[in-house]
Amino acid sequence: MSDASVDPDEVRHVADLARVALDEEEVTRFAEQFVEILAHFDSLDEVPEVDRERELVNVMRPDETRACLSQEEALANAPETEDGYFKGPRVS
Amino acid sequence: MGDLNAFITEETIEGADDGPLAGRTVAVKDNISTAGVRTTCGSAMLEDYVPPYDATVVERLTAAGATVVGKTNMDEFGMGSTTETSAYGPTENPAAPGRVPGGSSGGSAAAVAAGEADLALGTDTGGSIRNPAAFCGVVGIKPTYGLVSRYGLVAYANSLEQIGPLAPTVEEAAELLDVIAGPDERDATTRDASEARDDPDGRAAADYASAADGDVSGTTIGVPTELVEGADGGVVEAFEAALDDLRAQGAETVDVSLPSVERAVAAYYVIAMSEASSNLARFDGVRYGVSASSASGGSEDERSESSAVSGGYEGNWNDAFARSREAGFGEEVKRRVLLGTYALSAGYHDKYYAKAQDARAWVARDFDAALSEADVLASPTMPVPPFERGESLDDPLQMYLADVNTVPINLADLPAISVPAGETDGLPVGVQFVGPAFGEREIVRVGSALA
Repeated sequence: MSDASVDPDEVRHVADLARVALDEEEVTRFAEQFVEILAHFDSLDEVPEVDRERELVNVMRPDETRACLSQEEALANAPETEDGYFKGPRVS
Repeated sequence: MGDLNAFITEETIEGADDGPLAGRTVAVKDNISTAGVRTTCGSAMLEDYVPPYDATVVERLTAAGATVVGKTNMDEFGMGSTTETSAYGPTENPAAPGRVPGGSSGGSAAAVAAGEADLALGTDTGGSIRNPAAFCGVVGIKPTYGLVSRYGLVAYANSLEQIGPLAPTVEEAAELLDVIAGPDERDATTRDASEARDDPDGRAAADYASAADGDVSGTTIGVPTELVEGADGGVVEAFEAALDDLRAQGAETVDVSLPSVERAVAAYYVIAMSEASSNLARFDGVRYGVSASSASGGSEDERSESSAVSGGYEGNWNDAFARSREAGFGEEVKRRVLLGTYALSAGYHDKYYAKAQDARAWVARDFDAALSEADVLASPTMPVPPFERGESLDDPLQMYLADVNTVPINLADLPAISVPAGETDGLPVGVQFVGPAFGEREIVRVGSALA
């Protein structure tokens, strides 16, 4: 279980990777909860290696053009658009 | 209708004039797309999201003559077992006042239990149809992976989830399954049940209602000891009484063992959270969802000043993205996205994600072995009666552990039905029957002998 020590900095790092801003209270609470949850996940160490035989079928097909959403429909839920495009924040 | 808070949106979508479901009303879980009717997934992120198209199951419902009466409440993005993580408030359990209706399809189960809809659709990633069916005293079916199209379902964990029916009786649930089952070229994971299963009577496809004949004479029911011994005493009593009933009707019961299920909850949560962290990356507040400009944080001045700035927020893409998700996601969703990101991150992928896939294969192998000794398997659906409201919110691990009997079935891709089996201290108990892949007729038949 030694692996399952989670400090607030680690929570902040993962939140940064996941692009989720957190407030300090959430960081503290998550750090405590993650110790317990990851300790439970550590029980997977005892699982034997098992190969699963799956019956897989190839479902690929040649590309073909089909009807799709109109530009107007695709943009209908966007908070901001401009000249028929999605409008997003600066990339850097 | 507002009393139970079973619906997030009450809007009617008329079906065709005739068909097998003509005259029936159906409630649809709010993570299933309905063209022109908002679909929130129980999340503030999608408060104003209106899908431009129907999910395949909704097309099939309306073509079969059903009338959709609304979109039901649910744990946010399906993440929860109580319907309390919804951004639209909790749903009341009509069968057990003051208790949770289960989840995540709690609104669908409550609507059926209270007669606010004749039938309902839910989704089941780790028990989200069977758990609320058990807690609300109705029937719910989690179909075999690949039986029902997920086109138009807002994805949470693709390798695990299925859409399925909730209804007052086994026969009605099977009738709804008849309508929604079957291959769909828009979901490449769907299969034709008759082809997928070597079916002696050739009726595996879309003929489930006729299997609800209650005939269990000669049926062998395997009872996995691991799924019974940890359960609450009153739940076990109700479960044993159901087995007595089935034996009296000519079924035989045998003990079977599933040693792998001890690791199923850990494996399930690692896989589901990992897939969720990837799936939910699409919610960036640009194409849909809460934009950073309407998100909390930043002064009014800053926001109005920045309205000319792309994204409405004076920061870079990553900051805006993180801000939008802070505002749009509730705590359980953030918890799962973070844990999933952690489990997939460098240094931890092999320790958590790869081992969870091993455990999944182990669980599948165990079920294959058990189902070679029995026609179906039986266990309590939930090891406990419905929780009191608020009971499990502060302790996420305890909530996850209550899924011990339902998650193994999703890991093994198998079909399962939850059927009411009496009460303990006035609280509903459900019994779960698990069948072989595409063996829906078997579980419908055994379930119909009880309810």
